[in-house]
Parts: sequence; structure tokens; C-alpha cells
Amino acid sequence: MPIKTEPVTINLGPQHPSTHGVFRMRVTFDGEVVIDVEPVVGYLHRGTEKLAESRSYVQIVTLTDRLDYVASMSNNLAYVRAVEKLAGIEVPERAMYLRVISAELQRIASHLVATGFLLNDLGALATPLMYCFRERERILDLFEMLCGARITVSYMRPGGLLQDAPEEFWPALDAVLDDLPGYIDDLEGLITGNEIVLARTRNVGLLSAEQAIDASVSGPILRASSVLWDLRKADPYEVYDRLDFNVPIGATGDVFDRYLVRIQETRESVEIVKQCVKDIPDGPIKADLPFILRAPVGDAYSAIEAPKGELGFYLVSDGGISPYRCKIRAPSFINLSALRDMVVGGKMADLVVTLGSLDIVLGEVDR
Amino acid sequence: METVHLAGFLDFKSIYDFFDGFLPEGLDWLAFALAGGSLAFLVINTVVMATALNTWFERRAIGRFQARLGPNRWGPFGLLQPIADILKLITKEDIIPEDADRPVFTVAPIVLLVPVLLVVAVVPFGEDSFLGRLNVGLLFIVGVTSLGAIAIFMGGWASRNKYAMLGAMRGVAMLVSYEVPMALAMTGVVLVSGSLALFDIVQAQNVPFLLVQPLGFLVFLAAASAEMSRTPFDQIEAESELGSGYHTEYSSIKFAIFQLAEFMAPVVTAIIVTTLFLSGTRGFSPVPGQFWFVGKVVAVVFLMLWFRATWPRLRVDQIMGFAWKGLFALAILNLFLVAVEVQWLQDSDGDLSTDAMWLMAGINWAVTVVSVVVLANVLGQRRIQRREPVPSPLANMDAEAD
Repeated sequence: MPIKTEPVTINLGPQHPSTHGVFRMRVTFDGEVVIDVEPVVGYLHRGTEKLAESRSYVQIVTLTDRLDYVASMSNNLAYVRAVEKLAGIEVPERAMYLRVISAELQRIASHLVATGFLLNDLGALATPLMYCFRERERILDLFEMLCGARITVSYMRPGGLLQDAPEEFWPALDAVLDDLPGYIDDLEGLITGNEIVLARTRNVGLLSAEQAIDASVSGPILRASSVLWDLRKADPYEVYDRLDFNVPIGATGDVFDRYLVRIQETRESVEIVKQCVKDIPDGPIKADLPFILRAPVGDAYSAIEAPKGELGFYLVSDGGISPYRCKIRAPSFINLSALRDMVVGGKMADLVVTLGSLDIVLGEVDR
Repeated sequence: METVHLAGFLDFKSIYDFFDGFLPEGLDWLAFALAGGSLAFLVINTVVMATALNTWFERRAIGRFQARLGPNRWGPFGLLQPIADILKLITKEDIIPEDADRPVFTVAPIVLLVPVLLVVAVVPFGEDSFLGRLNVGLLFIVGVTSLGAIAIFMGGWASRNKYAMLGAMRGVAMLVSYEVPMALAMTGVVLVSGSLALFDIVQAQNVPFLLVQPLGFLVFLAAASAEMSRTPFDQIEAESELGSGYHTEYSSIKFAIFQLAEFMAPVVTAIIVTTLFLSGTRGFSPVPGQFWFVGKVVAVVFLMLWFRATWPRLRVDQIMGFAWKGLFALAILNLFLVAVEVQWLQDSDGDLSTDAMWLMAGINWAVTVVSVVVLANVLGQRRIQRREPVPSPLANMDAEAD
């Protein structure tokens, strides 16, 4: 008698340890092999875009903290740049440098979280995760010095910053910058050459350059698929055109390449921050603006290279104190659209690892 | 090596004599039952307490591995944490899913726990074990530990949960596969010691078998890690993939029993490894053999903990590949090598002298290093060269700038 088999459909999530929040996938398996994936999003939808229509331009900064909550500084930066473009505001030099410093520190923190959780998804019982969080903690301490908050920073304002960095910030920053390369070496020593990590991640979750571009994937995932594209160089904002740094790319576009690109980017970010600390001028940290900001009628789109990819804000103004429409281009959400291409035909364990390598944050996916 | 043992106040014979002393004539059977019962009570409780201690040790040690403190609230150094855990678990509601196969669902935790405890019965903690010198001790261990696969399948099947079922199916495939290299590695031990009784195996270890057959030790350790489903072979639970695998639907005391069996597995495995490869209770006087035994067990538990804290998990097909292509080949090689050496070196009585064992150790270490290096190059990932990254021509910010 021939053995009859039939595919099994399983809901991974919204409560599942590896969906990084409340993401849900309706996965169809043939044994262990994934034959279909249907992502279901929206469990963390808070209507950020709609809420923005009834907040003043400064108040919206606090909403952006809650998008990608492991990279609030980058969200702040993307938003305030859009407002500045809309209202035509000039930002003082010192503020621009401080913004780049905090955004790059945030990139390091975000990539550390991504790497830690990727290893957790690989089944490494939280040891690399704890190491990553230990280092991230020091960066969050720096943020606390800057603005008093660690996660929901709300540090940036249209036209500048909340406040200048305190005196004790600079020596603390130097200490962190001195330690970080060693930390990253330790982490790489634990992970990069590990036989099991290599076996689990190489040629897993492959995404070709063509597929990546077709799905308008951005950020480290795009670069891991050997596409040399980084908004910091392609369309320099703030002071990135004055800084010297490399854009690492991957060779094959598998999970291991994504991990490597992130690790190399953290090293580059350390260099960027070092250059900023050297070059930062004295001066004001906020443009002279009226207490209640009104943008002229019009629209503006501005995007930055956030840790997860191209984070863009599209703002439409009707001349009032709040935007008429606010649209967020969330990199996590758009990167997620390539998930199906990567996982179909792979094993169940590969699905979890691939999702981990995408580094999605549900606050940003669902907005 | 001379062996010292604590005076025999805890072996079966002396307990039997104690009861026999004040019972009237003709009640030998009662003395026998009482002695057996009290010794079983003693052994089971010791093992359970050792497991409780192991949960504490594991969590504290892994905390240190992970640059954090671990449980430290209850009792000195958090030593009462296991008791707090148990109290919390047994006061929870015992949920049985509506669609579950109730009898099977209820029995599964017990079926998992009992074999683990039974193994301890044949291990010689001193000069004797609970069941005495069971002359097929090793066969008993192999047979009894195989029951674990059934228990896991029972748990997964009866839960009527897809995660549990996936975990159980993976688990059974893995457990069945890894039993083969494990049994083959044990066969090497039997060849050298010439006996299936654990006490005789300990007696034969004038040189610890870790030194005599390192390949067998490595294969056994890897296979045993898989048998108790620990990283890098924790497919059965695969927390990040399956939630928690076969015991997803379990709660309260049933879950506690699963956890007990799970944390007991490393202790029992360490006990078997100590007996088979680390010369069991033997050591140097004046330290009593029991202390040597406990020390070796703790060392092995810590070694396995170290694996668990460091390594990620292999994928299910990679695990099966590793069992059949890697460990199976190494186990066969070890068995063949040991068989040839024993045939060559044994004297006319069929015994091996200590010098012969050292000679075997020398040969086997060389073979082990070579074979492991060869295997790593055949199966390993490092031989696959990483390609140099070349920017894709489809979109390139540098090219556009020119």
C-alpha cells in the first residue's frame, strides 16, 4: 500500500518565540519542507500615520520612537529631516554632527540586537544574545546621558536637537568607542567561524540581487545580496558626505552574508562616530524656530539609511500645525515582502532563521 | 590505582542484614522487600535531589556563561530556587486538552521518567549497585533508555497539537538514529573490559577508557547529548521553532515531571559516561571512591553544560546526516580498531595488561586525531571557500556617480 501524505498547515505566531513580536505566518509544510508561506501582519497596528495627522510637528517625534523601537534615534532623524525639508529649515552644524553620532550609535545597537536574535533563532540558548545586549546597554546609557531616555529617546527636533550633549558624554563616548571593536571581535570569535553556524546559515534563505531589487528590499539585506546601495553614500544627508567609510556587501545573499554585512557595518559605524567626535564644531544645536511650527502648503519625502534599510517619511502639509498626511516607508515591512521567495523549498528551521536574518521589528511593520 | 570505598553501610547486603537481624525467623522475604524498598527510596530520592541541584547548577552556571547572575533570590546563592519552581508548577492548573488522548497523555511523563531512574539501579556507586552486579548491566541501560523515544512520541501524539507532533516525530527519528552510534561506542568498552556488567567495566579500567578509546568517548558523548536532546541536538524541543515541542500542551505536575526527566538526563548520562569511560569510582586514596565518582559526574555535567551554553542548534536533516555519515563511521572505526587491538594484545587468559592498554591508548589517540580531522574536512563547512563579494551590476551607487 503506498503511504499517503498530505501537507500540514501551521500557524507560526502571533504568539511564537521566533516571530520577533506579534508576526504571524500561515505556513504549509510537506513534512519539514516549507511549500507556502502567507504572512499575516497587523497585530501591533497602532495607527501611527493617522495619529500623526492630529499631532503638532514636534509631538510626532514621540510617535516615531515607537515605530522601530530598537532604533528610535534613526526614526527621529528620518522624521525631522522630512519636516525640515517640508518647512525649509536650516540645521546648525553641531546638531548635524550630534545627529549622525546618535544615529550611528543606534545602528550599532540595532545590529547587535539583530545579530543576537539571529543566533537565538539558530538555537544558541541566548549566550550570544546576552553578549550583544551587554554591549548595547552601554550605548543606551549614552543615550540616557543625551536625552534622559534609553529606548524612546525623542532626542531630535525639527531644526536641531532637544539639548546639547552634557560634558560627561564625550569621555563616556570615547570609552565605548575604544571598547566596541574588541567586543565585536569577541562576538565574531564566538560566531563567525562556528561550524554549526556556518552549516545552518550558508546558502540558506538565498535572495538574488534581482529578486531583492524587484521586492525593493533595502538596507543590510539588499547589500548582502551584493547590491552596492547605501543612502548615506548614494544620497548623502546630514554630514555623511564629509565622512570616510566603506559600504560592506555580501557575496551570495544568504543568511550568513546578512550577518557578516551587519557585523562589518558596526565596525564602519564605530569609525564614523570617531570621525564625527574629531570634527564636531561648537555652536548652537537648534535653529531659531517659532514655538508652534507651521509648514507651508506642499509635500516632501525624505529618506535615510536606517539600520533596517531605507526609512522614509512622506509628509503633506495644508499649512496647518500638523501634517495633512504622513506616510511612512518602513523598511522592515518592505523587506518582509521578500520572505516568501527566500523560504519556499527550505526546511522549517530555515524559515525561522531566515526570518531572524531579516531583522524585522513589528512596531515598524504594523505601524 | 588503589580504590577506597566508604564502609558498606548503604549497600543492599548490609541493609538486608539490618532488617533480617530483628525480624523473626522465616520472614526473610519481608526483610528482602524492606531492604529493597528502602534502598530504592534512598536511591530515587538521591537522584531526584541531585536533579534539583542540577537545575540550580545549570541555571547559575549558564547565567555566568551569559554574563548575568542567574537565580539568586531564594536561599543562599538561590539554592532553594528548584523548590520554588516545583511549588509554582504543582500549584498550577493541570490542563488536559479536550481532544487529547487522555490515558496516553497522562502516562507519557511517567514513561519518560521511569527509564531514566531505572538506569541508576545498575550503576555501581561503590562496590555494588542497587541491583547488584547485574551481569548484563550495559544491555539493560541500552534497552531501558530506548523507552524515552516512546514516551516522547506518546506525549506528542496524545497532545493533538501540531507543534508537539512535529517535535515528537523529529525526536523519535533522531533518538532512534543516535542509539546506533551510542550502542556501537559502548561495544568498544565491552570489548576491552570483556564484560557487560558495569562493576567489571569499572574494575577493568586500570587506564580510564577515555584514554584507551577517545574516539569511543567522543562518539558516546555526542550521541548521548542527542539522546537527551540537548543543544546542538535539541530538535525535540527546538524552542525557537516549535515553541517547546512535545510538551507544548503539558502543564502543572505533568510538565514538572517532564522537566524533571529532562534535567535528570544529563546527570544520568554523566553517571554512565563516568562509569564507562572515566573509571567510575576509582581514584587515588585516601579520598573515597564515592567522592571521585561525584567529582567526575560534576565535571561531565559541566562539560555538557558548556556545549549547551555555546553552540547553536543543527537542522534536523543535518543532525541525521551527522549521525549516519559522521558518528556511525567513527563508531565503526573505533569498534574495528579496538577489536583488532584486543585480539593482538590480549594474553593467553584473554586479559589485557596495563601496558597493553597504554599501547592501545597511544595508537587510538593518533587514529582519533586523524579521523576527526579527516571527517571535519569531508563533512565540514570550512572547506567551502567564501566567494569574494562582487557588486551587482543591477544597481550600484558608485557606478552611477561616475
